[in-house]
Amino acid sequence: MLSIKNLHASIGDKQILKGLNLEVKPGEVHAIMGPNGAGKSTLGNVLAGRDSYEVTEGSATLDGVDLLDLSPEDRAREGVFLAFQYPVEIPGVSNINFLKTAVNDIRAYKGLAPMEAKEFLRMVKEKQQLVEFSANLANRSLNEGFSGGEKKRNEIFQLAMLNPKLSILDETDSGLDIDALRIVANGVNQLRSENNAFLVITHYQRLLDYIVPDVVHVLYNGRIVKSGPKELALELEEKGYDWLKELDAQNAL
Amino acid sequence: MSTIVSESLFQQLVTGFQEQETAAEPAALTAIRQAAFARFQAVGFPTVKHEDWKYTNIHKLVSQPYVLNADVAIDNLDFSAGDIPALDAHRIVVVNGQYVLTFASLEAEAGLTVKSIEDAVEEPEFIAHFAQHADQTDSALVALNTALYTTGVYIHVAKNAVLSKPIQIIHVSTGVDEFFAQTRSLVVLAQNAEAEIIESFITLAGTAKNFQNKVVEVVLKENAKLQHYYLQVAEAASNYTFHTEVYQEKHSVYNNYNCNFPGASFVRHNINVRLDAENVESHLYGINLTADDQLVDIHTIVDHLKPHCESYEWYKNITQDSSTAVFNGKIYVREDAQKTNAFQQNNNMLISDKSAVYTKPQLEIFADDVKCSHGCTIGQFDNDALFYLRARGIGEHSARILLVHAFAFDVTSRFSNEIVRAYVEELASKGLDRN
Repeated sequence: MLSIKNLHASIGDKQILKGLNLEVKPGEVHAIMGPNGAGKSTLGNVLAGRDSYEVTEGSATLDGVDLLDLSPEDRAREGVFLAFQYPVEIPGVSNINFLKTAVNDIRAYKGLAPMEAKEFLRMVKEKQQLVEFSANLANRSLNEGFSGGEKKRNEIFQLAMLNPKLSILDETDSGLDIDALRIVANGVNQLRSENNAFLVITHYQRLLDYIVPDVVHVLYNGRIVKSGPKELALELEEKGYDWLKELDAQNAL
Repeated sequence: MSTIVSESLFQQLVTGFQEQETAAEPAALTAIRQAAFARFQAVGFPTVKHEDWKYTNIHKLVSQPYVLNADVAIDNLDFSAGDIPALDAHRIVVVNGQYVLTFASLEAEAGLTVKSIEDAVEEPEFIAHFAQHADQTDSALVALNTALYTTGVYIHVAKNAVLSKPIQIIHVSTGVDEFFAQTRSLVVLAQNAEAEIIESFITLAGTAKNFQNKVVEVVLKENAKLQHYYLQVAEAASNYTFHTEVYQEKHSVYNNYNCNFPGASFVRHNINVRLDAENVESHLYGINLTADDQLVDIHTIVDHLKPHCESYEWYKNITQDSSTAVFNGKIYVREDAQKTNAFQQNNNMLISDKSAVYTKPQLEIFADDVKCSHGCTIGQFDNDALFYLRARGIGEHSARILLVHAFAFDVTSRFSNEIVRAYVEELASKGLDRN
């Protein structure tokens, strides 16, 4: 589904991704772990198309479609969803209005007519239950005055509404208490299917207790230096990231 | 140089005033006009040397001749540019400075008197209030208007009358000659009266350059309530100076919603509100979405003279291309005006880096037990917000429109009329679509 080859990306003069390779198949959940500054969030933002990052080399395709050539909105319409580490507050734009615009813009891209209002509201009702989101929150201004946990739950609510092929969760666990973490993970687990895939970016193994990955990758210094089964996350938790430096040095040779 | 001077609007006006036919007018009105003209003649048009005109240069507008009081054919004029979809309103049409057209539905409204201002000179409320408020200011343009206005609208709503629907006044600019025109209006709401007035400004296709100086005086008696909308949807040929002077008695409420969209090249609007009794409420809201070389300058004065009053002012400017927005908001809280609650906010969003905003909030407080706040911000599109919306599949253009609507929301959400609000939001989308 997602195929990343030799991806290099920089912000300003700073090279952050230095030849990243990743293959994700439909139905899979991949975790990306690694120390601060390894390039985890950069990967998510580059895939979603944030323009402060410049791709200098390599490719990223989703079901054969070259993502790097597309605008952020077209990537979303092709099925990429980035759950933001820091969701933006936009006072004056109602959550519902925003979602309706997004759903219908994506439908228009696919040549579909706008969704019927009734159908849309039915879907809102159904999906907000996934993340135990109240109607009150759904009707408020986008993320305005939301707590950290509410913002993250809103990300997953949006994810559920837009039903993307590839979801990238950028440190969705950061700032969550254990109850909110369980709600968010529960939502994600219910959305998992044979037709979609998840890239879960996280510092901590904790989230992976709830969202169990098929593969764990360790990102260090702009490259994936090690991949393994879910047990790798536990190993990292135990040993920290220091030993990676050696691994990176070996790889560089 | 003398030839240039003799061709200026000022010289034309001096000649025009000497030739003005006043025989049909009451002597008192003629005296008011003469005194006003003397005031205008003494100071002339304002220049950028005046603090209040620092960023707004009318030199170019007034240093050319215009046709004064041109005759225009009013048959078959198309006023549809002023249509507000789904709005059911009484209509009045004002063409240039020549004609006021009223329609039959106005007569059916109990307690409502609508006349052209020249037909209202014998009305007791005209005699009591005409030129008693706006002319208290030192505005040269008001003086000029008082001296030489040619037509306008007189509206009186009787005691306890609540109008069944809004009155829409469509101000039309038309004609193939470059013209200067002045209208003068007086709106008086008696005790407990309630009304909604929506003034639209349009320019018909093929209209030559024009400069219009319009003055409105509003008098609200005890417990009267007026919703007052200005919707400028004119074309680049039109240039306006407006003056709105509001005088309020106790328990009255005045709400002004002042909206400018891409169109008129030059707009200067002075809105003054005098809260001269206890328990008065005044709200001034504004949205200015500018484009091209447009200039929109709003100067307001909110003058708290008595205790226990509340004023609330919120203006939002969105500037595109090489347009300019000016905001100057003065609030005075006089010594007697204890327990005043005054709020003022001006937020600006510069969409183009060639556009400019000049903003100056001013608060002068002479009372000691008051609650007042003011503030202003200048910013650009929030790129993080833009990316967030686009990352959800919303196109860049739609995302920008959503963000502008969000920016305007603090103001649009306070519109008393949902139909006008929807219309204004649509105009905002259209105003952004031009680029």
